[in-house]
Amino acid sequence: MISIQGLKKSFGSQEVIKNVDLEIEQGKVVVIIGPSGSGKSTLLRCLNVLETPNGGVLSIDGQKLDFNSAVSKKSISAFRRLTGMVFQSYNLFPHLTTTGNVTEGLTTVKGLSRKEAVKKAELLLDKVGLAEHKDKYSFQLSGGQQQRVAIARALAMDPKVMLFDEPTSALDPELVGEVLRVMKDLAHEGMTMAVVTHEMRFAKEVADEVIFIDQGVIVERGAPAEIFNYPKHERTKKFLSLLQV
Amino acid sequence: MYLNTIALSPERIQRFQEIASTSIGPLIEGAIKYTIPLAIIAFSIGLIIAIFTALARISSSKFLRAIARVYVSIIRGTPLLVQLFIIFYGLPTIGITIDPFPSAIIGFSLNVGAYASEIIRAAILSIPKGQWEAAYSIGMNYSQALRKIVLPQAARVSVPPLSNSFIGLVKDTSLAATILVAETFRRAQEIASMNYEFLFVYVMAALVYWVICFILSIIQGRIEIRLDRVVGKTGGLS
Ligand SMILES: Nc1ncnc2c1ncn2[C@@H]1O[C@H](COP(=O)(O)OP(=O)(O)O)[C@@H](O)[C@H]1O
Ligand SMILES: [Mg+2]
Repeated sequence: MISIQGLKKSFGSQEVIKNVDLEIEQGKVVVIIGPSGSGKSTLLRCLNVLETPNGGVLSIDGQKLDFNSAVSKKSISAFRRLTGMVFQSYNLFPHLTTTGNVTEGLTTVKGLSRKEAVKKAELLLDKVGLAEHKDKYSFQLSGGQQQRVAIARALAMDPKVMLFDEPTSALDPELVGEVLRVMKDLAHEGMTMAVVTHEMRFAKEVADEVIFIDQGVIVERGAPAEIFNYPKHERTKKFLSLLQV
Repeated sequence: MYLNTIALSPERIQRFQEIASTSIGPLIEGAIKYTIPLAIIAFSIGLIIAIFTALARISSSKFLRAIARVYVSIIRGTPLLVQLFIIFYGLPTIGITIDPFPSAIIGFSLNVGAYASEIIRAAILSIPKGQWEAAYSIGMNYSQALRKIVLPQAARVSVPPLSNSFIGLVKDTSLAATILVAETFRRAQEIASMNYEFLFVYVMAALVYWVICFILSIIQGRIEIRLDRVVGKTGGLS
């Protein structure tokens, strides 16, 4: 489903992603953990080309982007349409209502009629439990509600893969659960997901695989029970011990 | 003797009343036929120029950035009065003759274009990067993200400074008197040159401008309250 080969990304002279290889099978949930600044966000952002990799080959659902040669803008936006992204800071469009946030991509990018788009938005908002908030603006919603709108907005575009970059890190603790629940449902429906998170319970319950990344390399990967209970590398052990304090 | 002629005798006050009643018509006509249309047309054209100039200034093309910078620098670095004289009195000497009103439209539009481009540029840059990224992440390209996500938010940010610019423009249109546009102030000059009551007539003209600007500032307040309600004063745009 997703294949990453030899991915490289630098900011100036700083090498942030160093030759990363990764495969994610259809319908699997991969949780990415690692210290702050280790390159987790950059890895996800390379996957939907919000950051342009300096080298490597990305492939999703048979579509390929080879960054070892020149890549056209057109192929990037076609590739990006295979992915949906959920940001730590939600990034809802504040000038649009909840429904407007979900329909905007449908009408502008997919060319749906206003009516079709609203119908689809209603289904999705129902799914994330926000049907009664459809006419509100983001400043009228809690963080948990905003993040669920953001998930609906991404899902509206029918992505093959959902990318989550610390979706609950900005939330008050009591609001984390409602967002994780939506993500869990999505996983059970068979969505392919790459999730950067430090919610260990979520990782244990939902992830098919956990990847520990440090200084731009994948240090260790395996089933959640394996990584959390029997980490092999010193760096993984150290990171996990810090998390559990 | 001299003091006597400028004193406010009852006869003089009566004369003022006559002048007021005969000249208020022409002054208001000047405002309605020239001052207000000039301001509205020049502002509209200027805003379009300003949006393109702002986009050029933040574009990745060095060439576009340079052109926009030079344009803004020339307009902001030279007096409006001189610009109007170049267009109306200067261009005919190389065979380009433009009527007073269109000349004024050109001059004021170029002026608004340069000043408002700075306001719009700042407004666009004030929209968080995450808004662009969210737009791209749902498959939008640059121009869709700009039109559907960034500009609508930037428009709200720029309403207060732009409405100040508009009020400033209404007052600046009085400079068009110098290139023979029969707007409010030119009417005042003509009336005063006949009756020599410069103070009275010019104060009347000032009042006409003040009334227009007063009404505009009320409208401005209304618009701002409405925008706050739509976007939410707290954090709506953060
Ligand atoms: N746009 C950028 N420009 C320069 N440096 C960046 C940029 N984005 C990330 N970095 C740097 O890359 C490194 C990895 O960042 P990031 O992928 O955000 O880490 P993580 O998400 O694991 O905390 C950090 O050192 C960060 O400072
Ligand atoms: Mg991060």
